[in-house]
Amino acid sequence: MNTFSDSVLTALNLVISLDPALWVVVARSLAVSGMACLLAYGVGVLLGAWLAVSRFRGRGAVLVGLNTMLALPSVVVGLVVYLLLSRTGPLGFLGWLFSFKAMVLAQFMLVVPVVTALTRQVVEDVERQHGEQWASLGAGPWMRGLLLAWDERLALLMIGVTAFGRAISEVGAVMIVGGNIDGFTRVMTTAIALETSKGDLPLALGLGMVLLAVVLLLNALVSGLRLWGERRHARPETVQALEGLRS
Amino acid sequence: MTAVQMGLDAVSVQLGTQAALTDVSLRITAGERVALVGSNGSGKSSLLRTLHGLVPPAQGQVIQTPGVRQAMLFQRPHMLRLSALNNVALGVWLDRSLALNWRAAQALALQALQRVGLQAVAKQSARQLSGGQQQRLALARAWARQPDVLLLDEPTASLDPHAKREVEALMADFAAGPAPDLPLTLVWASHNLGQVKRLATRVIYLEAGRVLADLPVADFFNPQLLADCSPAAHAFVQGELS
Repeated sequence: MNTFSDSVLTALNLVISLDPALWVVVARSLAVSGMACLLAYGVGVLLGAWLAVSRFRGRGAVLVGLNTMLALPSVVVGLVVYLLLSRTGPLGFLGWLFSFKAMVLAQFMLVVPVVTALTRQVVEDVERQHGEQWASLGAGPWMRGLLLAWDERLALLMIGVTAFGRAISEVGAVMIVGGNIDGFTRVMTTAIALETSKGDLPLALGLGMVLLAVVLLLNALVSGLRLWGERRHARPETVQALEGLRS
Repeated sequence: MTAVQMGLDAVSVQLGTQAALTDVSLRITAGERVALVGSNGSGKSSLLRTLHGLVPPAQGQVIQTPGVRQAMLFQRPHMLRLSALNNVALGVWLDRSLALNWRAAQALALQALQRVGLQAVAKQSARQLSGGQQQRLALARAWARQPDVLLLDEPTASLDPHAKREVEALMADFAAGPAPDLPLTLVWASHNLGQVKRLATRVIYLEAGRVLADLPVADFFNPQLLADCSPAAHAFVQGELS
């Protein structure tokens, strides 16, 4: 057996035997990314829906800036949050550096542009096609944004998963602002980086497997929800056609 | 003299770099059934949208008589992923002048669904309805807002003959109004000259954003008279009928 297959077997064993060292890190990762995404989702959907229906001077520049932030490197976000939270920074009085909250803040800042930009795109596409009808019914820009965002909730679910995928898989920001402290701020990605550098490949691989499994599970869940939603609102002939394709 | 409900005074509308309407003046009076005809891009939809206040004129003035309520029906009505009942109720609830709470809006929506014969599918998702049913649902949504004037943008354009007849029958029914002395004013864009002949009392022919003919329906379908009045409209009608 070579090192790789040995490592995979040991990693599988760690996952199956519910190794505490592994699962504590997994739980912390899920908590940090889950909380960051929940907060970012609330802010991003509202902001994206508003941007989709509002017209103001400088909107084009805001959208260019927003789209640029989609490609924001996580280490840059980490650096900015580090500077904000460091003792001499404007938010230094909070005392959050190298804590759970700092990691949530960093991931929040990382995924807010993702949720905002994608929501804006989804809602604006519908607004362009049907916004006039809702305006004629008396819906102002805010109401239109909210109604159309609600109507596109299946697409927005996918955006949520995309944001979670970005948050849970990033390493740069949480490493910088969390410090990868064992038992406090160590998450899956920082642990993988550390264990790999130490040569403890089974633990790194085990964490990698869990990371993939989490994202896979979420995607499967959302795909299922989406299919269910589409069938529920599709015309009977469309459902029949879908059934035909499946059989 | 019959009351003017809405109108345009020397209105020109610009959509981007294109002139959608040029120097259009007209008056719509209570109880009229006005059909807008013309080829694609002639300005029918722009005229309806301008009357409804969705497009601001670049020049001229849109006349809206205070207190006159209006609703508009689009060629492809957008329904949210909600039940048929809730889609209509939402349309009612959004109307600030009605100022109804959600429960009252739903009660009114149910009446509207009964009026268009869709009460059986009230709980069904609006997106599951056929094209004809969705157009009737949109008519219910418009009617539930208790308009005095109903503007319709090619309401039967994408429907099969059976659904066309159903929607047309509803338009005639709505036009009759809740009482003989309270007729509903209809203004609609159409490519279907047969429908225009059956429903309209007045026909406006548009070409390249200009009104080239504005005649009572009997005169519009009198070839000799139309040819004298507007050769372009006459050529259009002959082309459509041949």
